[in-house]
Order: sequence, then C-alpha cells, then structure tokens
Amino acid sequence: MSALVELKGLKRYFDTPKGKLHAVDDITMSFEEGQTMGVVGESGCGKSTLARTIIHLQEPTAGQILYKGKDVTYPTKKELPKLREDMQIIFQDPYMTLNPRYTVEDTLKETLTISGQYEKNDLDHQIRRLMDMVGISGRLRMAYPHELSGGRRQRVGIGRALAMNPKFIVCDEPVSALDVSIQAQIINLLMDLQEEFGLTYMFVTHDMSVVHHISHNISVMYLGQLVETSPAKELFRQTLHPYSKALLSAIPSIDIDKPKQRIQLHGELMSPINPKPGCRFAPRCPYATEACRQPQKLEEVLPNHYVACCRVRELNPDLSQAAAPAAAAQ
Amino acid sequence: MSTDTNATVQANVQEESGKKQSSFREFLKRLVKNKLALFGGIVFLLICLTAIFAPLIAPYDYQAMDMANKYLSPSLEHLFGTDQYGRDIFSRVIYGGRWSLTLGVASSIVSTVLGIIVGSIAGYFGGKVDSVIMRFIDILQCIPGILLTICIASVLGTGLFNTVLAMSFGGIWGTARMLRGQILTVRNQEYVEAAKATNVSEGRIILKYVIPNSIQPIIVQACMGIGGTIMGAAGLSFLGLGIQPPMPEWGAMLNDGRSYLRYYPNMLFAPMLFIALTVMSISFFGDGLRDAMDPRLKE
Repeated sequence: MSALVELKGLKRYFDTPKGKLHAVDDITMSFEEGQTMGVVGESGCGKSTLARTIIHLQEPTAGQILYKGKDVTYPTKKELPKLREDMQIIFQDPYMTLNPRYTVEDTLKETLTISGQYEKNDLDHQIRRLMDMVGISGRLRMAYPHELSGGRRQRVGIGRALAMNPKFIVCDEPVSALDVSIQAQIINLLMDLQEEFGLTYMFVTHDMSVVHHISHNISVMYLGQLVETSPAKELFRQTLHPYSKALLSAIPSIDIDKPKQRIQLHGELMSPINPKPGCRFAPRCPYATEACRQPQKLEEVLPNHYVACCRVRELNPDLSQAAAPAAAAQ
Repeated sequence: MSTDTNATVQANVQEESGKKQSSFREFLKRLVKNKLALFGGIVFLLICLTAIFAPLIAPYDYQAMDMANKYLSPSLEHLFGTDQYGRDIFSRVIYGGRWSLTLGVASSIVSTVLGIIVGSIAGYFGGKVDSVIMRFIDILQCIPGILLTICIASVLGTGLFNTVLAMSFGGIWGTARMLRGQILTVRNQEYVEAAKATNVSEGRIILKYVIPNSIQPIIVQACMGIGGTIMGAAGLSFLGLGIQPPMPEWGAMLNDGRSYLRYYPNMLFAPMLFIALTVMSISFFGDGLRDAMDPRLKE
C-alpha cells in the first residue's frame, strides 16, 4: 500500500487587516491509495480550506503537496489540468454546486467534453453510463437543478466528479446538507464507487458517526492543526487527545442502559489570527498546564496513532505500558 | 438480464428524446405563455412597424406647413390636430418614431453592452482592476448625468449618431455597477469553483456561468432605459443639441407643444401617448423576457 497523496507541512494563511489568519497550519498527512481518510473538526477549523488547497482551488502558503510521489505544490499551467483530472471535489451544498442554467445533461456533457477522453458520438452513451452509475434515472436528463431534490443534486455532483475519471476525490462535507435517510444512500454510493474504481477519498465532515462508517483513517483537526490521527477503529477504541475525546463523546448513543458521559467544552475557539505558539486547544482544555504553552509536536504514541499533546502519557496511564513493548519491538 | 437492461435503456432513450427540446424553443414557449409580455411585445412591434412604414401610413408630409390650418383640434381629417405651423401631428408622431425609437433602442443597446463589458471585467477579476474601474465610475457618477451628456453632445456635435453616443455614455456606469455586484455574488458560488475544478476555461466560466446567472436585472434595466433615453433625448433636443428641427422627434415635439399646453393640449397628447405606450410595452416585455430566461421560474 502506498500513499497516493501526501501533504508535508502544508500551510495556508490569509492576509487580514488584523494580521495573518492561520486557516491551515502545518498539516502533514498521507492518503493511502484506495482508502478513505476522514477529516473531522468543528466549524471554522480549516477543514474546507485544507480540502480546497489540496485540489488547487487555493494556493498553499508553504509546505508541499505530493501526488504519486511527485511534487505538485505549485503546478504549472500545463500540469494543472492533468492534475485536476486526477483530483476532484464533491461539494457540501447540493443547492449551490450545480449551475442553475444547466440541465443534468449539460453539466455532465461539459465535463466529459473537457476531459477529452471520449469521442463526440460516444458522449451520449457516456452520459447515460454516468447517470446509471450514480443512480439518476434517465427521465431526469433534461431536468434543471431546481427540479431535483437535494440527494439527486448531490448525485449529479458526484457524477460530474466521476466524469473526469479521477483517482482522488475530496468530499467536502458531502452529506451534511442532506436528510439523514439520504445521507446513508449517498455514503453507500460513495463506498460502492470506491470499491468499483479503487478511489481514494478525503472525507471532510463534522459528523462523527458518518466518519466512523466510511473512513479507514481519521484525522482530527483543531484550529488549522492536526491534533490526532490514527486508523479509524483504533481511534474509536482508544481516543487519546482531550479534544478528540470531547468530540467523540458528542456522538449520540442508542444504548439507554449505559448513559454516556458527555464532555462539555467551555469557551470559544481562540482567534486564528496570529495565534500564540503552543497548544491551540489549551484555553479550553480541562487538563492544560504551563507545559502546554510550548509548541506541540505530533508524536507516534501507538503504532500509526499520532497525537499532538504533551500530557498524553500522563492522562492515559495505561498507554506507557502498552506502548513500551511496541517501541521495543521496533 | 441483459435484454432487460437493454429494454430499460431503450425506454429511457425514448423518454429523453420526447422531452428533449432546444432550449431556445422552450424559452419562446415560456415567453408566449406570459400574456402581459406577449401583449407588450405586440404593441412594441406595432409601434416599430408604424415607424418603419411611416410613408405608407402617414396621411401628410411631416414637414408640410399649412398656415391656414394651424392649431386645429383633432378631427377625422387630422387625427391629432395640427400644430402651430399647421403640420399634421399624427403624421409627425408616426415619423417621429423613426428617430425616437432608433435613439432609445440604440443608446440602450450601446450602453448596456459597454456596461456589461466594464462591469464583468471589474467583477470577475476583482482586486486592483476592480478598484480602479469603480473609482473611475464613482468620479463620473458625481457629475450630473445631463451635464455629462450635454458636454459630450456639444463636443461631438448634433445628429442621430452623436446623440446616441452622448445618451449611452451616461447609462454605462449604472449597468456596470449593478452587474459587478451581481458577479461578485455569483463568482464565489460553489458551482463556479466546481467548474474551475473540472478545467472549464475562464472564458467559458464567464460566458456560461457568471453572465447567465447575473444578467437578469440588467435586461430589465435596459428595457426600462429605452423610455428614459427617449425622454433624455428630448431634453437634448430642447437645448438644441439633439435631433434638429424640423425632424419630428417625440421629445422635441413635447418641448414644442409645451408652451401651448393650456390652449392646445392635443399637441402634447400625441407624443406623450406614444412615449407612454412604448415605455409600457417595453417594460412588460422586458419583465417577461427576464422570467422566460430563468429556468427556475418555469412553473
């Protein structure tokens, strides 16, 4: 298994009158081929900016993006179209993601034509194939976006992304604007497509139960930084960072016999403009100490399980025993 | 199994081709369905036709004076009466449409097209380009419109072509400003981002995404503008800078008749009626045009 896309110290800052806004700050991440990386975090933590930076809708401020091991951080005008064929995006709001003046056919046809992968007389067949693939019935071919329901629009959006035959798809909260029953349909569709075409997903969401279902790996972001990343099962078995714990405790449980302990966070997100060094979660963290004012490093505390918290061993006493043999074995 | 899928595919094809219609025909169908727009369109067309075929319709020569028959009240012989030189007002109004309509429509088209170009450049590229263009527009808008028009008209001189230029100059900026605002909102929509992500070229994004989704108010404004231009041209004619007498331009006729309002209101009534009819029919038509262009409003 190899990494399809890798991020190395990726940064995206915005200039504001008050100073630099650190939307994405020093993110290192790798997307394994054929797998799904779930990226979670609360609103405003830079998930969407990260997603847009990876597919070059935004220019990174610093750091590196590697695609198949090749540096594509600042692609040339020639490289960019090729790159975009391989990296696509599915947007959050199905109501905004389609041109209101385009029928379903127009949308798909445009993308198919631009990709240049098909003959002109083959287009008709390809459009039908795509519509079948994402589950839109043929009678909706001439329908405008406002005539479609949210779920169907999202299917058209997925169809458009697939028209390019991409390898890597960024899903920017693709289901958060949909009804719960439709959410399941879309997620299953995405998983089926992954199986069929070996797609690699970056799945951005704030919904922990959704991310649990679809992801192989999960990264937790807080204010532009990565606080914890691990295989999905591992994260749910043993959550280490105080912020991830709070986030996971917010998943509603259906087990009425074991009421869940909700961890309540107090206070607001600190400003992402010129943040102080040190742990950004510290002002809201119940365990914060003086040491948390130092810059935190992402550390592999368990195999493949990285956490950026200096007190992680103190707070999880069972960890040091578990980790020691693993470290010794290496 | 395979025959089954084939059957459904075929059924789909039939359904599709049944529903498939060129978008232009659909647009026409929607336009015709709107009764008010249809009415406006027909009235405007009639007015245009009378202007085009004026020599066939007008009973008299528009400049033939008949001093024995001045200040006549409307009668069968002179439908709207005669003016202070004994000219037949009905004939003059019919002929006047030639200048007034050309002036109104031409300057509206010129100012709208230029406004669209300036506005879309400012809105789409944003940043410094936008700032420079917008400050320039601010400066121009500080000068009263009529003053600006008079300046241009007096520099260029009289005549139909020059009056069109002078009249359209003032209209560019309002259109540009409005379109810029619309584009700023459309530009950041996710469907524009999605288009960029699927390698749609910048030109195509402007033509197929940004402009169709931001142009509606411009069309209505342009239609309404025709009426305003006819009135504005009247002001120019009054100052001796627009269409020169004895050409029977509607605005000029209004100014002519102004001093006789008390005793011979029929001199004002005829051009007023035609201006009002034109403006009204165009705005009905413009409204319908906008609705028909928007697939979202299709019942």
